Amino acid sequence: MSLKLKALLKSPWVFHLSTGSCNNCDIETLDCLTPRFDIERFGMLLVGSIKHADVLLVSGSCNRMSVERLKILWEQVPRPCLVIGIGTCTGSRGLFRDSYNCPVPLDAIIPVDVYIPGCPPKPEAIIAGVVKLIQKVGGA
Amino acid sequence: MTFIYLVIFGFLATAVLGLVASWIDRKVTARVQYRVGPPFLQPLIDLVKLLGKETLIPEGASKTTFLLAPVIGISGVIVVSTIFWVNQFFGAGFDGDWIVCIYLLTIPSLSLILAGFASANPLASLGASREMKLVLAYELPFILAVLVPVIQTHIQSDSWSASIRLGGILAAQQTGIFAGSISGILALIVVIMCVQAKLALVPFDIPEAETEIVEGPIVEYSGPSLAIFKLMKNMLLFVLPFFMMILFFGGIRLDGINILWSILEYVGIVAIICVIRNTNPRVRIDQAVRFFWGPMTVIAALAVILAMNGL
Repeated sequence: MSLKLKALLKSPWVFHLSTGSCNNCDIETLDCLTPRFDIERFGMLLVGSIKHADVLLVSGSCNRMSVERLKILWEQVPRPCLVIGIGTCTGSRGLFRDSYNCPVPLDAIIPVDVYIPGCPPKPEAIIAGVVKLIQKVGGA
Repeated sequence: MTFIYLVIFGFLATAVLGLVASWIDRKVTARVQYRVGPPFLQPLIDLVKLLGKETLIPEGASKTTFLLAPVIGISGVIVVSTIFWVNQFFGAGFDGDWIVCIYLLTIPSLSLILAGFASANPLASLGASREMKLVLAYELPFILAVLVPVIQTHIQSDSWSASIRLGGILAAQQTGIFAGSISGILALIVVIMCVQAKLALVPFDIPEAETEIVEGPIVEYSGPSLAIFKLMKNMLLFVLPFFMMILFFGGIRLDGINILWSILEYVGIVAIICVIRNTNPRVRIDQAVRFFWGPMTVIAALAVILAMNGL
């Protein structure tokens, strides 16, 4: 594994994007930063600017309005970059499967590295998902 | 020899100590919030990662200025830290280097302003204009406060050429540190507040304000240029406490038990900066300007008057 990738996996800075979620996944994501879970132990930080991000964390059902923004943001992430889909909505569109407003799941729009299912997923599940992502990319 | 001073001391030693300082900062922040905090090598890993990322130049940005701004900023920090190191350990300063240091310490802020206006981003422009106002606000009390050690040195040695060079200020503190006098303590309080604003940390992180204008001037930076900005910030976190130690605590001393005192002083200053940062909310820019031009300037002027009278 190259040094570049090794360093990336040890300090993934996360940009959090909600594509029309009900806010539950967003709250659970913020829970990961609290003293109980403290993901800064693993070098993860939540950044405000997409240009600083290494991981694009997408929550929500990708509705027609937000898909355009999602594509713009995906083009703006400096490579190498990883994508995590969080919550059932990004995976299978969940409750919104038959909605006119959510035509396709997330992986039909941008390539997704790991899904974290749950409605919403617990912080433990989010951390487990990130660990799986690190194992997958790191080849361990 | 100049090369060794610049590269080994000015850049490498300052960068290493700055990364350690930023780790202390993050760790203390985490402990204040009852978290565990990042591992020791985290600041270095962040830098290596950023160096491996892509550099994106936003559409409509002024390309040369955009890429040059971080380099200007970090070279200012390298030169000013070299002046501190050679004064501290090689006795090789020059007359008036105190004034040069004051000038050079504003270059990082200027580079952030350049970066913000070159980014072609409304948030970055807003951050840059706030940074400009903050520089105008804190420079007056900062210069008044760092004048106090100069006046005290002048009273002791009775020569202006010794008192406006850092070597002279260090030599004058061999008998007793300036932080031990009333004017020294008042000036130190003002300098700590100004350093907080120079580092753009809470309560004076108005230019970067992550929650409102996402990192301000550096919002469009990515990859190596962001790494240089981060390194500049980390180096400043070492350089400014070092400046405070030279002016008020007699510098870093490496003889016997004084090593321990120097380390404790340094870690203590960083921890104080960090605790102020963690126990305060962010103020608005007008409140910050009023704070620096009001109470801080009054205290600094008082310290200057006291120092003139030998207190």
